Amino acid sequence: MSTVVLLAVTGLGLGALYFLVASGLSLIFGLMDVLNFAHGALLSIGAYGSWWAASGHLPGAGSSGAGFVLAVAFGTAVGTLAAVVLELALIRPLYQRPREQVLATVGVGLAVPALLSAIWGADARPFPGPHALSGTFGLLGARIPVNRLVLVGAALLVLAALRLFLGRTRHGLVVRAGVEDRAMVTALGIDVRRAFTLVFAIGGAAAALGGALGGLYYGSVDPGQGTSLLIFAFVVVVMGGMGSVAGAALAAAGVGLVQQFANYYTASGLGDLAVVVLLAALLLLRPSGLTGRLA
Amino acid sequence: MSTATPVREAAPDTAAASPGARGWTRWWPAVALVALIAVPYSAMPLPGLLDGPIGSAGSLQLLALCLVFGALATGYDLLLGRTGLLSFGHALYFAAGSYATNTFMIEAGLPFVPSVVLGLLSGTALAALLGSVSLRVSGIAFSMVTLAFAQAGSLLVERDPGGVTGGEEGRAIPADKLPSFLAGIDNTANLYWIALAYLVLTLVVVQWAVRSPTGRVWEGIKENERRVEVLGLRPYGFKLVAFVVAGALAAAGGVVHLLLTGGATPQTTTSDFTLSLLVMVVLGGSGSRWGPLIGGVAYTWADQRLGDLAGSGTVAGLPSVLRVPLSQPLFLLGTLFVVAVYVLPGGVARLPQRLRAARAGARRSKRGEAGTAGAQVDG
Repeated sequence: MSTVVLLAVTGLGLGALYFLVASGLSLIFGLMDVLNFAHGALLSIGAYGSWWAASGHLPGAGSSGAGFVLAVAFGTAVGTLAAVVLELALIRPLYQRPREQVLATVGVGLAVPALLSAIWGADARPFPGPHALSGTFGLLGARIPVNRLVLVGAALLVLAALRLFLGRTRHGLVVRAGVEDRAMVTALGIDVRRAFTLVFAIGGAAAALGGALGGLYYGSVDPGQGTSLLIFAFVVVVMGGMGSVAGAALAAAGVGLVQQFANYYTASGLGDLAVVVLLAALLLLRPSGLTGRLA
Repeated sequence: MSTATPVREAAPDTAAASPGARGWTRWWPAVALVALIAVPYSAMPLPGLLDGPIGSAGSLQLLALCLVFGALATGYDLLLGRTGLLSFGHALYFAAGSYATNTFMIEAGLPFVPSVVLGLLSGTALAALLGSVSLRVSGIAFSMVTLAFAQAGSLLVERDPGGVTGGEEGRAIPADKLPSFLAGIDNTANLYWIALAYLVLTLVVVQWAVRSPTGRVWEGIKENERRVEVLGLRPYGFKLVAFVVAGALAAAGGVVHLLLTGGATPQTTTSDFTLSLLVMVVLGGSGSRWGPLIGGVAYTWADQRLGDLAGSGTVAGLPSVLRVPLSQPLFLLGTLFVVAVYVLPGGVARLPQRLRAARAGARRSKRGEAGTAGAQVDG
C-alpha cells in the first residue's frame, strides 16, 4: 500500500512538471500553430536562473526560506523574458512562413542547452533547495518527499491562474477566441499578434517555473533536462488537445502516473517507452488529437 | 532512360550562359568525382581546413564522415525537400542499419557480408513498417509520430535489453569479423572509398527517383496534396515509397558509419541527431540537388573542426565572452542555423540564383523598369 501511495504522489509530481511545460506549449500551438521546440530550452533557462540565484549569486536570494522563493521568482522572470525575446525577435518576423518558425525554434532548442553547458559545464549541478523541502512526510504509511507536494501545489496554482486568466479577462478571451478561429478574430479588428507575445510570455513563465521546481524534483540541474522533458510534454499536449489547459492538466497527471507505475512494476525504463508509444498510438487512432483540434 | 536530357532540363539558366561554358559545366560532377577518388593519393596540405595532408588517415576519416553525412542529408531531403514530409525520426533508420549489422555479427556470429545485407534489410523493413503506420496521419501529427517512434528506439537502445546494444557505451565492431581490407588504420583509404561510393549511390538514387514518374507525384504532393488526390492518385502509396527509399538509404549510411567509426554509438539514435540532419538540409538548401550535400559536408566539417578549435590553445587564451560560446560547436551551429533560416531562404544552394536575381533586379530598376524582381527573390 505504502508503495502505491509513494508511486502515486511521485507520479503526480512528475505530472505537475509535465503540466507546467505542456500548458504553455499547448496554448502556443493552439493559438499560433507553432510547435515550439525551444520550450525545453526555456525550462532549462528557468532552472539555471533559479540555480544561479539560489547558489548565492543574487543578493537576497538563497537556498532557504524567502531567499529561495526569490530565487525561483528570478528564474521564472528570466525564463519569461527569454520567451518574450524569442517571440519578438525570432518568431514574429516569420509569421508568413510557418515551417520556418518551427525550424527557428529547433535552432534555438539546440543552441541554448549548448550555451548553458558551455558556461556551466555539461555535468549535472546539485540544486540547492531549502532544507524544509528536502525532507519527507508520512502519508498512509509511505514516506513521501515534500518537494513532490510543492510541484503539485505549484501546478494547481498555475492551472487555477490560467483558468482565471482565460475565463475572466479580456486578454484571455482574445486568446481563447484566437485558438478557436484566428482569422475571425483578426477580421473583427483585434490585433492577435499582441496575444501571441502574451501567450509566449505565459508559456515561458510556466516552463521556467517548471524548470526551477524540476531542480527540486531531480535534485540537480543539467543542460539536457528541458529537451528530455519536451518529448513527454508533446505527449501531454497531444493527449490533452491543442490549446486546452484543462485537458493538458488531466493528460499530464495520467502520463506521470502511467510512467511511474510502469517503471516500477515492469522493467525500469519501460514506462518511458510506454508513454512514447502511447503518443504514436493516440495520434494514429485519433489523428486530430483527443479533442479534435490538431490540424 | 537516358540521363543526358534531364540534366539539360534541370539547368536552364546555366545552359543559357554561353555555349562554350556549357560543355564544361555539364561535366563538372564527373571531374569532382575523379578528384574525390584520387584524394587518398594526394599529400597536399590544406592548412586551416584539415590538420594533416589530405591523404593522411585522420584527414581521410574526417572527409569520409563528411561524405557520409552529406549523403545522409541528401537522402533525408527526399522526404523534406522533395515530398514535403517533416520527419523527426530519420535517425532511427540510420541507427537501425548500424546496430542491426553489428548485432548480426556479434550475437548471431554471422560473417561480414550476410550481416551487412541483413542489416540493410532490417533497416528497410523497419522504415516500411513504421512508415506505413506514421503516414496514416499528416502534417505536424506525422512529425510527432515519427519523433515518438525514434524516441522509443533511442530509449530501447539506452536500456540495453539483454546486453545487445551496449547501452550508453555503444558497441564496438568485432575486429575478427571484418575483412582484412577494412580493418586497421592503414586501410582508412578503403573506408573513404566506401563512403564515396555510398555518396554516389545516394546521389544517383535520389536523382533517378526524383526524375521518375513517382518523383513528379512527390513534387505534386509537396505543392498541394489535395490536388494530387483530385487527380485520382493516392498520395499515401507515393509518400510511403519516398519514406522507404529514404529509410533504406539511411540504413546503408548507418552501415558505412559503423565501419568508419568502428562501432555503433547511441548518439546516432537521439532526436538531436535527426535535428542536426534537418540543420544540414536547411543550411545547404532543401529541395535542390547539391544543397543537402553541401550542408551535410559543411556541418560535419564545422562540427569536427570547431570541436578541435575549442580544445586548442588559441581559444583558451581568449576572453571568456568569446571563449565560452566558441567551446560549444552545437551553440555556433544552432545560431548559424537560425540565422540561415532568416537570411538564406533556400539555403546555400539557392544563393547564386538569388544573387543573380538581385543583380538583374538592380539593373532593371536602373533602367526604370522596377517590377517583379522582388517576387523572384522570394521564390
